[in-house]
Amino acid sequence: MTFELVAQGGLERRERSGVGCIAESGFCPDWIADNYDRYITPFFEHVYLTVVSVAIGFAIAFTLALIAHRRQWLVGPITGVTGTLYTVPSVAFFFLLQPITGLGNTTAIVALVCYTLLIIFRNVITGLRAVPADAKDAARGMGLTDRQLLLRVELPLALPEILAGLRIATTTTVGLAALAFLAGGGGLGAELDEQPFFKSNVAVAGGLAVLLAAALDVIILTFQRLVTPWQRAAA
Amino acid sequence: MAEGRGVTAPLAFLGQFGDAVEFIFKERDSVSGGVQVGGLAELGDFALIHLLVSLVAMVVACAVSVPIGLYLGHKGRGEFLAISVSNVGRAVPAVILLFFFIAFVGNGFKNVAVVLVLLAIPPILTNTYVGVRQVDRELVDAARGMGMSGAQIVRRVRLPLAMPTIFAGIRTSAVSVLATATIGPYANLQTLGEPILSPQIYDFSGQLGAAIVVALITLAADAGIGLAQRAVTPRGLKLAEGPGRRPRLALPTRRREAAT
Repeated sequence: MTFELVAQGGLERRERSGVGCIAESGFCPDWIADNYDRYITPFFEHVYLTVVSVAIGFAIAFTLALIAHRRQWLVGPITGVTGTLYTVPSVAFFFLLQPITGLGNTTAIVALVCYTLLIIFRNVITGLRAVPADAKDAARGMGLTDRQLLLRVELPLALPEILAGLRIATTTTVGLAALAFLAGGGGLGAELDEQPFFKSNVAVAGGLAVLLAAALDVIILTFQRLVTPWQRAAA
Repeated sequence: MAEGRGVTAPLAFLGQFGDAVEFIFKERDSVSGGVQVGGLAELGDFALIHLLVSLVAMVVACAVSVPIGLYLGHKGRGEFLAISVSNVGRAVPAVILLFFFIAFVGNGFKNVAVVLVLLAIPPILTNTYVGVRQVDRELVDAARGMGMSGAQIVRRVRLPLAMPTIFAGIRTSAVSVLATATIGPYANLQTLGEPILSPQIYDFSGQLGAAIVVALITLAADAGIGLAQRAVTPRGLKLAEGPGRRPRLALPTRRREAAT
């Protein structure tokens, strides 16, 4: 059915602009140049979904990890629960939440947040565990309290691992947000859904999603380089 | 809670969920009428296609990535390839990859299967490589000292010891393959996503019902492979973990991205 719609739209356009490839649902640079503006809103919806979900997910997972760091027995149960959330397919998740949260941004964001939890939690815990015992002993010997130890020694040393988790969570969320339209969250997926056979459309919408993932990845990586200068010095 | 239309009494209190569960078990008229939809028979057909395409993809992906991972890991070569394949896999999300395929390559069972294979390879390949590399150097030297050939070392020392890691990769892949197969209907493959993506026929209860089935199947597959993972873990490794250490859940502590 979408196919026919595209074909019709293509024919109309061909009469107007003389471009033939739209009728064949092809890859048409002219069409893209004419229509790029229709992707602006979905793109920013996609950015919004990703950034908000990852931010909330990071806040929750980071807090959980700090709690579990002091009480190690919590690591198993938290991993189990967030792991189960992570396993439920996103398509299903977007629907399972709808009877509770309705159709819209909230549902999309709640689901996306759930997917970031396991990734970030695991990386924060791994990072904190990997802090050398020598460094902690030295800090204790200098008279640091638990709190100071965490803030001045453990967290800075765990930062690369924590940010690695943030990067994975971000790229994963960009991908999953492509289905957020099923929950009424909009995003680039809605454009893909509208004309899945139209090559130009898929190239632009899909390309933007891939670029977004890459751009956010580079931003976090740059941030990591800036806040951990000692890593470069050692390398 | 009042939204559940035509719900049988025992399920009524569940509201929309009850309606969805009823959709799974009992046929009903489609939204536009005229056609019977839902019920175990129709969902069973969808589930069959869903599982079939996922299984084919997983078998092919394992057949491709495990030998390559074993070889590269054993020779200690191609670390860059084995590790970066999973980073590339993450950069192009599954959904986007499927849409690219639909628009530029084609539809149907074969194309969906190819997408799922591409999706399943990175975690298995990376985990096999990492698992094989992790094997204690001394064990390999001891095996060589006993006169084992390269192939024997791979088969009898490296592979068994890498099994838990390999299975962790298979588990990750299986979960994402089952999840991605859900959007198969875009490529004219009637998987369990069919009711989800056609609300004009199946209504919300159909969408929710299929979502429940997809979630259950994925969780079951995850748990099943988790059990298999324990079964293939050599006893020596289980002993090394020891009962005295921090209790391990059936879920492995790490599930994805062994390389990071």
